[in-house]
Amino acid sequence: MTIHELHQKLVNKELSALELTKAVIAHKEAVEGQVHAYLSDSHEQALAVAEAVDAKIAKGEAIAPLAGIPGAVKDNICIKGQPATCASKMLENFIPPYNASVIEALQGQDFISLGKVNMDEFAMGGSTENSALAKTTNPWNADYVPGGSSGGSAAAVSSGSAIWALGSDTGGSIRQPSSYCGVVGLKPTYGNVSRYGLIAFASSLDQIGPVARDVTDAALVLNAITGHDDHDSTSIPGQRPDYTKALVNDVKGMTIGVPKEYFGDGLHEDVRKAMEEAIETYRSLGAAIKEVSLPTTKYALSAYYIIALAEASSNLARYDGVSYGLRVPADNLVEMSTKTRTIGFGPEVQRRILLGTYVLSAGYYDAYYLKAMKARRLIKEEFDRAFEDVDVLLAPVAPNTAFKFGEKINDPLSMYLEDICTVPVNLAGIPAISIPAGFASNGMPIGMQLMGKPMGEEAILQAAYTFEQARPECNKVAPTGEVQL
Amino acid sequence: MKISHEEIQKIALLSRLHIPDEKLAETEKALSDILTYVEQLEELDLTDVQPMAHAVPLYNVYREDKVVPSLDHELALSNAPEEDNGYFKVPRVVQE
Repeated sequence: MTIHELHQKLVNKELSALELTKAVIAHKEAVEGQVHAYLSDSHEQALAVAEAVDAKIAKGEAIAPLAGIPGAVKDNICIKGQPATCASKMLENFIPPYNASVIEALQGQDFISLGKVNMDEFAMGGSTENSALAKTTNPWNADYVPGGSSGGSAAAVSSGSAIWALGSDTGGSIRQPSSYCGVVGLKPTYGNVSRYGLIAFASSLDQIGPVARDVTDAALVLNAITGHDDHDSTSIPGQRPDYTKALVNDVKGMTIGVPKEYFGDGLHEDVRKAMEEAIETYRSLGAAIKEVSLPTTKYALSAYYIIALAEASSNLARYDGVSYGLRVPADNLVEMSTKTRTIGFGPEVQRRILLGTYVLSAGYYDAYYLKAMKARRLIKEEFDRAFEDVDVLLAPVAPNTAFKFGEKINDPLSMYLEDICTVPVNLAGIPAISIPAGFASNGMPIGMQLMGKPMGEEAILQAAYTFEQARPECNKVAPTGEVQL
Repeated sequence: MKISHEEIQKIALLSRLHIPDEKLAETEKALSDILTYVEQLEELDLTDVQPMAHAVPLYNVYREDKVVPSLDHELALSNAPEEDNGYFKVPRVVQE
């Protein structure tokens, strides 16, 4: 069930927003025992908004495309009065006193949130196993991880316990779980969507974006959250287009670049085959296919981890037990902060803070951080040159499909290597979408990534939409994902 | 690059984190693995490349200097672990 289908049913009065919300809540209660996507609920508020939407419809008022359609929000995005835990013991009891700008925008469009969803602690991880609060499973097979860090967002949409969700993407955290759970995930251009009220991990890389059932829904959610915001100094000024206008079923005249560095040795055969089939689909639909080379790609992961961890160590310095979050009492300030942070942060967050502190510390800054920022420019310029010749770039989202619980959690480097196809996009600040592109022989979904030039969301939406129309068999609903109305 | 136990303790202090002795070996391995991996950046020729802090070419974003409503005092203190008379309370800093 998609936003656009349900919106029509609401407008045609085939279904009320209250009936819809109750049905999704009932479905959620049935699947959550297995999936555990949610960390907290807001059913009462959801039902109240649903009634308000029904009142508008009864009066013949126009309603926004997302109005009355139940969604879910990643637990690092602040909703005033509701918990925002970041899946951490540090913020387990934190109640934001203000709304993120995206929430302000959505509340103006009668948005319904059924609750806050699970993630890797402070968005650090690629499997949601780093959550200190819950274990979310993949709706396609509970032995497998949902991906991360927006694992709760992807699992909620895939299992039908939300029709859509907000996630955040710092190095692939929307695209990779969307790929692992067989749904659509969009990371907008850096600065397209306001970061105000998104609990910071790596401020120069973080971006909020949609997780949805199809490309049309992703465009609708993007429309609802995009725009310039005075509260975010990195917000891009100017008007935004109506992204649904880009949903044109045609790629004739479009040039799709295939960067060979994304198709290296570590790529799983099933993923490679799905990408080759997707390229053939585009060719048969009239797109020009062009092989391109982005040779600095192999250095992107190194540059990414240095920058992300450096920024994280600085951003997370605020959790000192003084003004909000956990406090473990002690006799003096240093001891209080140290105890609070040692007990409040999980192992991966501590590891990243240590590494980030190391690369920024005296004597190492030039060797690591400065070098990484220079490599970042090379990567960005390489993308700029590629986009002189191509409209979009096509690549896998991840070298493998979802892995099993416990497979990588004890080897941080192997977990980091899963991000190899997604981090270049964040370094360059460009937009990218993950869409379902088939299934591996073990039945797990495969995701395809389409990358665009800065503020080039329309081109990737058009290419994604055209693929979705041509290959509907790639986008299936997970076994328990269909809501009964 | 291998990182010594001494260095780990130094950055732990800077990070306000406590690493118990029995976790030192494990921490050393994880940190050294990752630092060794990222050293591949040495292979790149970065002469004359300007560092890039973020991807949006926006500089000096100013706002008008005027008073606007801000977070209510009580709300700002609503998550305080300990408060006293409208202030955040912390352990005594100045000793008697």
